[in-house]
Amino acid sequence: MATAAAHAGHDAHDDHKPSFFARWFLSTNHKDIGTLYLLFAFCAGMVGAFLSFGIRMEMEEPGLQYFSNPATYNVFVTGHGLIMVFFMVMPALIGGFGNWFVPLMIGAPDMAFPRMNNISFWLTVAGFMSLVCSLFVEGAPGANGAGTGWTVYPPLSAAGHPGPAVDFAIFALHLSGAGSILGAINFITTILNMRAPGMTLHKMPLFAWAELVTAFLLLLSLPVLAGAITMLLTDRNFGTTFFDPAGGGDPILWQHLFWFFGHPEVYIMILPAFGIVSHIIATFSRKPVFGYLAMAYAMVAIGVVGFVVWAHHMYTVGLSLQTQSYFVFATMVIAVPTGVKIFSWIATMWGGSIRFTAAMHWAVGFIFLFTVGGVTGVVLANSAVDKYLHDTYYVVAHFHYVLSLGAVFIIFAGVYYWFPKMTGHIIPEWAGKLHFWLAFIGANVLFFPMHFLGLAGMPRRYADYPEAFAGWHKVSTYGGHIFALGMFVFVIGVILAFRSKERAADNPWGEGATTLEWTLSSPPPFHQFETLPRIVDEPGHH
Amino acid sequence: MQTPSGRTPPNRNATRTALACAGLALGMIGLAFASAPLYDAFCKATGYDGTPRQGPAPVAAAARAGDTMLVHFDTNVAPGLPWKFRAETRTVAAPLGETQTVFFKVRNTATVPTTGIATFNVQPGLMGGYFVKVECFCFKEQTLQPGETMDVPVVFYVDPALRKDSNTDHLVEMTLSYTYFASKNGEPQTAALSPRGGETGRRDF
Repeated sequence: MATAAAHAGHDAHDDHKPSFFARWFLSTNHKDIGTLYLLFAFCAGMVGAFLSFGIRMEMEEPGLQYFSNPATYNVFVTGHGLIMVFFMVMPALIGGFGNWFVPLMIGAPDMAFPRMNNISFWLTVAGFMSLVCSLFVEGAPGANGAGTGWTVYPPLSAAGHPGPAVDFAIFALHLSGAGSILGAINFITTILNMRAPGMTLHKMPLFAWAELVTAFLLLLSLPVLAGAITMLLTDRNFGTTFFDPAGGGDPILWQHLFWFFGHPEVYIMILPAFGIVSHIIATFSRKPVFGYLAMAYAMVAIGVVGFVVWAHHMYTVGLSLQTQSYFVFATMVIAVPTGVKIFSWIATMWGGSIRFTAAMHWAVGFIFLFTVGGVTGVVLANSAVDKYLHDTYYVVAHFHYVLSLGAVFIIFAGVYYWFPKMTGHIIPEWAGKLHFWLAFIGANVLFFPMHFLGLAGMPRRYADYPEAFAGWHKVSTYGGHIFALGMFVFVIGVILAFRSKERAADNPWGEGATTLEWTLSSPPPFHQFETLPRIVDEPGHH
Repeated sequence: MQTPSGRTPPNRNATRTALACAGLALGMIGLAFASAPLYDAFCKATGYDGTPRQGPAPVAAAARAGDTMLVHFDTNVAPGLPWKFRAETRTVAAPLGETQTVFFKVRNTATVPTTGIATFNVQPGLMGGYFVKVECFCFKEQTLQPGETMDVPVVFYVDPALRKDSNTDHLVEMTLSYTYFASKNGEPQTAALSPRGGETGRRDF
């Protein structure tokens, strides 16, 4: 994407680019790999969005309209979940923005292991291909694809899916998991060893902090998932009985292993977003972020506590009262560092000279929506309440508020914030703002009614429902249409940006943007920081 | 592709960090696999998740007189094993701390000898730590000849200590559940009748 403009402005030494094939298929340049990740996340996101559209169309009316076989509906739900988690949010926030901006922000010439970076990306693509394959082979008897939900609980994922679809899905997770683990090793090594002279960890920008914590979470949780799905694979194909009571196994063990990974995974998806939103709020309030150290260590705390709360996903399996009390308490503790972050963002805006750019719209919208999702999270943390709401649409509403309206809003915020830096082109502000309002209204109309549906007892993962739920389901589907309209505005904005002759300045956002990427040209040279920047102690340089 | 002049190759520190990270990841994979036997041992030791304890008969009855637990029996046969299986009585009132013996009847309805092994648990799951099996047919597999019927015993007692646990002190009844699975050398058999792997389980569309 970084093309013509960059050629002109920089000497040949900086900007010697390999041929098209070598540049994009054998890439070792962190910015190119970041771009690949972002493009991949967009494509995978479109597939995931298509699947969610199938879900919403079906749920618009009671009865079966589009899916003759409800098992296929479950395949759509599963595919939507797996794709959005592993092939949209993670590649965009970690592989995409992480690759692009961690080296730039810490003043490093590239990632520590550029070729490993390339492997990470292509493993993710291979994983996605495997998941797409799983949609077209038999899963449950009489239906194509894995309809297990993204949690892949046995026995449904073992005895309930005799066809090879679940095996393909498992391989998809193996491949993308291996890619993510290699990526995490790369990030940790880069951040710990390649910071510019003078940039101590306590002067490092919050986005780099966020990626560092995320990388550790990946490193500790993904191998557990890899182990668990390997056991599931051998249970399915080689007669082991890790999760099969017939041979002394226990399906509950799967839930423990899965959620030991699955809970940190939700922080893996949101922590990079926390990092990005901090920069956007600081930039457009023209103030350094409030409580920098507290912000950094709040993320560390969220990461650490995130590993000891997993069983709050399993209140209904028969945990003892004491165990439940512990998990309720530990889960609620997470609200404290999260609250520190929310209040610090507000305190950053407080008294600042705020500019409501498109990126700032998305960031402020994120704070509001994420807080809504956080509050329903505290409600669900109560085991007594959760037993009523478990596996209802209330849970669906909760995690879409924190992920779809949280992580995804910040992916768009990041695009509007960094697009001029990444491409040298400028998305018209009106497009970003129109996209925001359509997405904000659409997403709320889409997901808020799901709280009511859940409280009324509408369970997840069913293609059909009683007439009584029809009203809010219809409203919800309308919200989906509004959200989708916003995506068209986004695409139009990007097209207009590339067609326009206007070029972005090195620092289009002015004095609030203090991180190192804004000291470079837009787009940055193919290789940057041949002379490492020296970080001097100045306030506000986080 | 090419290593440009400006790029710093990863130094020794970087390699060390990367290796430490890789070690951490491998360690976590190891822990994931270790969790299967550890979870098993943990369940057996604590009675977690309805896993009954196994142990010798109680030395002395320490229970209040008249404090009994109604124990219901639930018997199941997994698909793939042509057996009939039932308890001789559906329910016993077991005085706490007193050893009880209950017989179950299993019959092979097939025309060939078949082997099965039973798995077991108790409900509510919290009772697992207080339900002690002294002797049980379920500890080993049984082979039945065609048409053969066998009476198999379970000897158990309910530990009076459950009255001191706030999770269980109010409980007056519980269920002991068995499921017989087809087996060979203690390993479950993915027999032709089982839904996975076998031809009959797979439906064409």
